[in-house]
Amino acid sequence: MKSGFLTLVIAALAVLALGAVARSSDPLLVQQAVLVGAVLVLALVFAVRGTAKEMSNDTLAKSGWQGVAKKNTPLWVNEKYSDTVVRYGVVATAFWGVVGLLVGVVVALQLAWPQFNIEPWLNFGRLRPLHTSAVIFAFGGNALIMSSFYVVQRTTGARLFGGILPWFVFWGYQFFIVLAATGYILGITQGREYAEPEWYVDLWITIVWVAYLLVFLGTLFKRKEPHIYVANWFYLAFIVTVAMLHVVNNLAVPVSFVGIKSYSAFAGVQDALVQWWYGHNAVGFFLTAGFLGMMYYFVPKQANRPVYSYRLSIIHFWALIFLYIWAGPHHLHYTALPDWAQTLGMVFSIMLWMPSWGGMINGLMTLSGAWHKLRTDPILRMFVLSIAFYGMSTFEGPVMSIKSVNSLSHYTDWTIGHVHSGALGWVGMISFGVIYFLTPRLWNRSRLYSMRLVNWHLWLATIGIVIYAAVMWVAGITQGLMWREYDPQGFLVNSFIDTVSALHPEYVMRMVGGLLYLLGGLLMAFNVFMTIRGGAWDQQEDGGSTQQTDASAAPVAGAGAGNAAIA
Amino acid sequence: MSDERQIDELSGVETTGHEWDGIKELNNPLPRWWLWIFYATIAFSIGYMVWFPAIPLLNGNTPGLSGETNRGKLQEELAAVAQQRDGMYAKLEAASLDEIRQDPDMLRFAVAGGESLFKVNCSQCHGSGAQGGPGYPNLNDDDWIWGGELEIILDTIAHGVRAEEDDDTRFGEMPAFGRDEFLDGAQINQVAEFVLKLSGQPHDSAAADQGQTIFEDECSACHGNDGQGDPVAGAPALNDALWLYGGSKADIVAQVNLPKHGVMPAWEPRLGSLAVKQLAVYVHGLGGGQ
Repeated sequence: MKSGFLTLVIAALAVLALGAVARSSDPLLVQQAVLVGAVLVLALVFAVRGTAKEMSNDTLAKSGWQGVAKKNTPLWVNEKYSDTVVRYGVVATAFWGVVGLLVGVVVALQLAWPQFNIEPWLNFGRLRPLHTSAVIFAFGGNALIMSSFYVVQRTTGARLFGGILPWFVFWGYQFFIVLAATGYILGITQGREYAEPEWYVDLWITIVWVAYLLVFLGTLFKRKEPHIYVANWFYLAFIVTVAMLHVVNNLAVPVSFVGIKSYSAFAGVQDALVQWWYGHNAVGFFLTAGFLGMMYYFVPKQANRPVYSYRLSIIHFWALIFLYIWAGPHHLHYTALPDWAQTLGMVFSIMLWMPSWGGMINGLMTLSGAWHKLRTDPILRMFVLSIAFYGMSTFEGPVMSIKSVNSLSHYTDWTIGHVHSGALGWVGMISFGVIYFLTPRLWNRSRLYSMRLVNWHLWLATIGIVIYAAVMWVAGITQGLMWREYDPQGFLVNSFIDTVSALHPEYVMRMVGGLLYLLGGLLMAFNVFMTIRGGAWDQQEDGGSTQQTDASAAPVAGAGAGNAAIA
Repeated sequence: MSDERQIDELSGVETTGHEWDGIKELNNPLPRWWLWIFYATIAFSIGYMVWFPAIPLLNGNTPGLSGETNRGKLQEELAAVAQQRDGMYAKLEAASLDEIRQDPDMLRFAVAGGESLFKVNCSQCHGSGAQGGPGYPNLNDDDWIWGGELEIILDTIAHGVRAEEDDDTRFGEMPAFGRDEFLDGAQINQVAEFVLKLSGQPHDSAAADQGQTIFEDECSACHGNDGQGDPVAGAPALNDALWLYGGSKADIVAQVNLPKHGVMPAWEPRLGSLAVKQLAVYVHGLGGGQ
């Protein structure tokens, strides 16, 4: 039935795409419609095949052919929670993760050797937004949506609200990704960083996002628990704020309803401020608040320990939410932005330091009493590393927002290094941990295909990040110093191209770091694929990876003893 | 699900009594160090907002006790540099090019200023080392299309080459011998062989001999009888190994057939005469100045 619905949705979208081709005189829109149409036809083929398989399984089961029927019993039969959409989400997250990292390595290659720019579709200018959108929205977004669907059901005791609405969210979101990505390749862009898709894609994702909010809120309303768990506060803050940011930043007037081009409602420094209000809070609410929601569920689960401090979670949640939204102007230090707004951006960023670290403390201290598990559990190690990178990036951020530091770091690769220690370290690592946590549970496997591969992934990723961040620090500071270097007569010493050629070794090393990280991602994709297929490769050396509850855990004496009721 | 508060055995801390999917919460207080640093950042922020422009008002904003602004700071720094350079700029303005060449202080200053200007304005085409590239002349050698004397270089920079906006710009165009059918294919081939011979490259001597006649009739008026070029017409020398659009047979044939004509903007209206003076001194001093 679900595949049947899916087939319908895809068919409807395909008709829409064809309609656009027929009506439009805009050649770029026609090209995009053809591309998207091709993707949809492919999806349709798979969906129809899925429906056929489902139906034949049902027939087999009814005919009483136990062997095959049992083997092919769909996972979702008799499930307490709607988890199939989460399963799709896990696969989509792993897939887009690998795609995004791959494009990242390609753009790093192009920066080191410009000869690798392939005109016009695969040049740096078009691939760069493809990379950022693929990792932030396709990989990060899918990780957030699927994990929030999983967590909200577990922590409310209720199935997802809205019938087929979660499916609409999932497929609608994938469709958004395809629309955005094909647009970038064809050169369709608003030219707004992290908000490149044009008006029609913006409208579509708004609809999908409202559906997402409805699913999440509806499930919360249906909850069987008296209280709302902290992870859900963070998820909700992320969903609501991103909706607001997206709508305001993308206010625009289309030139034609059958054309791609639109003009922003803002201009000049107001435009810049709105853009960075959006841009910085994309980091704050998409990549921080949302992923903190993830952390608050999966870290205590994997460590099998209670959350360290309820009070800290309340205070740091509200402080984070309140302070983050003001910090955007620090992206516009020493520009046409008025002085007072720059001051505002800087001081709110500095005050943000401790609220950000509240999440780190609550994550790390949750492990108190369970530190020994790090010796045997690479998934927990992944979580801990991600929290450590989170702490480092959220310290580095306030430092970089200080105006005198910013005058050196701004526009340099230091910023790129900062973003990546947060994105690769925090967002990437925690998402990988969640994928490893969920895969065996969702597909009813007793364990992952290989824990050794998880360990390999962990180390490849860590070394990759360290190389990346370190060379970008060196590159950024070199660049900043070269830009401001004057000779004794007060003349600038370096031309821009001098700084570019000086950074060639760092750019090559950056690509190597990214490549290691991509390799780790490929190992993960393979591991997930093999786990879904079933079977195991290596001996299970640890006890910490796949236990459903503390009941089956066999940790060191005392760790699993749990809580004693107060008399 | 129990709503009873419990004591976590490992840490001895009370839980909040809530439980979700097996997750409980401890009722630990806020870490002291965390709270104090948080307060400290707030205190710092308040102090910073008192010291610097911070609160928007109906008209403008609170100026802050320091009275410091971005623009103000920039003006101060620019003023300091201007003051430091003031005497030197005035001297350069008044001095003739020869006087600048004779005076070590002025020369050093003009070369430094010219280099800086060159990096910002010229390196995009001529390369950061002034080494040029296909279609863009190398400025380090002594092969000058429009002449290598200091005054001439200054004039070229000031008015540009084939710069539409400037009436005094350097102008010279070679006819499109092939496209406009002044020469046929065989003749172009012969003249190209002769140009190869002029520049000391392997060539077909028979064709080159025939090409010589054509060269003398059609080309020598500008490029000279021996291909030595003519700076007045902007006709490049053809008897050396330095080429603007390439020195292979194919490149030469292409250029005779339908010549490319590069342009350079007139820089004086953009940068001012003082900047052009410094640029001329710098370019002249790169090694090929005459």
